[in-house]
Parts: sequence; structure tokens; C-alpha cells
Amino acid sequence: MVLRPTFGHVPPFSPGQFNMLYRFGLGEVAISICGDPSRPDEIVHTVRSAGKITSALVRVAPGETVGVRGPYGTGWPLHPMEGKDVVLVAGGLGLPPLRPLLYELLAHRDRFGRLEVIYGARSPKDLVYYDEIQRWRVRSDLRFQVTVDTAGRDWYGDVGLVTARIPDARFEPERTVAYLCGPEIMMKLTAQALEERGVADDAIYLSIERNMKCAVGLCGHCQYGPEFVCRDGPVFSYRDVKPRMALREV
Amino acid sequence: MSGHLRGDPRLKAADHAFFRGFDAAFVERLSTGALEGSYEAGDLLFREGEPANRFFLVFHGKIAIELAAPDRPRRTIETIGPGDVLGWSWLSPPYRWRFDARAVKSTRTLALDAKTLRDDLDASPKDGYQFLQRLLPVIAERLEMARIQILDIHGV
Repeated sequence: MVLRPTFGHVPPFSPGQFNMLYRFGLGEVAISICGDPSRPDEIVHTVRSAGKITSALVRVAPGETVGVRGPYGTGWPLHPMEGKDVVLVAGGLGLPPLRPLLYELLAHRDRFGRLEVIYGARSPKDLVYYDEIQRWRVRSDLRFQVTVDTAGRDWYGDVGLVTARIPDARFEPERTVAYLCGPEIMMKLTAQALEERGVADDAIYLSIERNMKCAVGLCGHCQYGPEFVCRDGPVFSYRDVKPRMALREV
Repeated sequence: MSGHLRGDPRLKAADHAFFRGFDAAFVERLSTGALEGSYEAGDLLFREGEPANRFFLVFHGKIAIELAAPDRPRRTIETIGPGDVLGWSWLSPPYRWRFDARAVKSTRTLALDAKTLRDDLDASPKDGYQFLQRLLPVIAERLEMARIQILDIHGV
């Protein structure tokens, strides 16, 4: 979904931030911004129909109007990856929040070391940005691996979890920064696999998802331990949240 | 549809990641009767229910592990590649494959003889224990993967 303002200008955003999208008469939902940060004239979101509001959003036709509040949240920290190998691991709809970061990395490619992207989805038909992925996969300055949980015989790619791709991923662990986004259990297992390779836990960042309502740290709907995901996240250091990720009650 | 296995292999088990650190003489004994396999995309390595009489070391290519259920299309549940091993149904009775294995692209394997393996593992418990210690993490990893797949974590 590509949005342009009916008045004023689009505020700049950092990769990893989100907007609150409002479908009039139904309510708001938090959706990550997935466009190119260097294109300040438009707001891009990828929405999957999963509930009342998102199913209404995916039916929005060109020319219609939706409400937008934002951008909110902390975003992916960019300074730790200067001069480092960078690993992005996305699961399912975890790729959209990482896409602006990938654009940023590719726009300043000479400032980073190796760049490895590992993307997992439920099945080939669930892959997002398929055409764009094909363009990324032929780049020589980026290794983009795709794997799915299960597939038919018409799929010639990899089948398996993203964690299975970590041991062979090309990066030097002691000079690597990793960014993870996807289902929480996938991020937990991926972070563990990265640690086993030697990546420090404070060099791993992940985006936590919780039910957000106010987006400004007031209502408490998205409380995550002592923090609010909307205000203090959604991006957290793995070192900070690792103890919480082992707790079912959080 | 099938690839072919041939004797006098050029591939060596000792060069495969699975056998890194093993006693060379033990690996040499295990390799007695090994066959080199060449497969093109679509070739079956083996089919569910067939005798499991080989332990495959994958050197090149990609292999799909497939499951079939009545009235449902065949599904790939995992792909494996260079450095991986394929199959342990040869290790315990009834020595029958429990899934299909099909080459996704041009693939080369070294297929160790199951009877030789069982006999040598029995005859040399110390080496056999080391072999099982190497195989168990592979089994555990694939079991964990299957568990995560059951959770369907990417489902809406």
C-alpha cells in the first residue's frame, strides 16, 4: 500500500519504525513502514489481512483515504553496523520491517562488510516482494537466501528453517551485527544460532510485536516486561530481552 | 527417473564433513562397498518403503526429503545439501526408508553400505559410539525442525 498525504508532507522515518493506520469507522492498527527511506514523498506499508482492520485496509482502493499517525518506535540502530558484516534474518511478514534497512544498506554499500539476508516463509506462495527478491539474489554485493517451511515439487529452492542457514552464512562472527524480525520463537532460535556461531548478544537486534493501541507509551496495551513496545521498541537489543524471551508470562 | 550408483568411487568418505576427526582406518573400513551416486534434477534416490541399505553423504547439489499422504500432493519438508548426511533408517529394523528422497538439482553422493556400517559399528564400539555421537545431533536438529514446522510459526 503506497500512501501520499492529502496535505502537508510525509515526515521522515527510520528503518524499523511503524505507523498507526486508521480505517475510518473501524479503528487503528500498527503497521511497520517498509518503503525506501530515501523516498520521502510516499509512505509504503505491506499489510496482510489478519483481522477486522487489516482486512479492511487490504481492500482500500486507489483514491481512497486512510488515516496515518506516526512514525513511532525506536527503529533499527544504524551506527553499530558501520564497517561490520551485517546479517538480516526475516521470517514471514518480518521482511517488510527489514526492507527499509536493506535499502539503507544497499544505498551505502561501501560502508559495510559482507551482507547476508536470510528470509523464511511458510510456503513459496507466502513469499513477499518476490520480484524484488529475484533482483536482490543476482546482486554480487549481497547474499540473499530464501527458505520455506514446506513446498511442492515446483519449488527448487531450500526447504527448512532459517536457523538451518546460519551455520553456512558468510560473516565473521566477532565483527557482525544481526537484525531479526519475525515470529518470536523464530527470532529466539535464530539469536541462539547466531550466538553459537560467536555473535555477541549485544550485536543482535530484534523487533518485538505486541498489541499496540496508543503508540505513545500511555495505554499499556503493549507492555513487555518493564517496557512498552511502542515507545521503547519495537526494536530491542537481544541482550536486554533475552531473559524475558524465556518467560511464557511476558 | 532414477540416478545411478557406481563402484570405484572418486569421492572419499574421509573428505566429508561428517567424518572430520574420525580415525582414518575406521572410515576406510566403513567405505568398503561404497558407491558413488550421480543424480539429475528430479531423480529419486530412494522411495518410502524400500529397503534402507545405504547411508548417503552429500557432496554436491541439493536433495529434497518428501512425504506423501493419500489424496494429497507430495510435500517437501526439508532440503539438504553439501556436507549433510541422508538417512538413518538403515540403523534399526525394519531397515526401510520412511520418506522419499529426490534430487532437486544435479547431485553427487557417496552411499555407504548399510550392512558394512552395522557390522563395523558393532565390531568397534568405541568408533561406533563416536559415529552415533556425530549422528545424534543431526537427528536432533531435524526433529527440532519438524517440531517447529508443526507449530506453523508463519501461519496467520
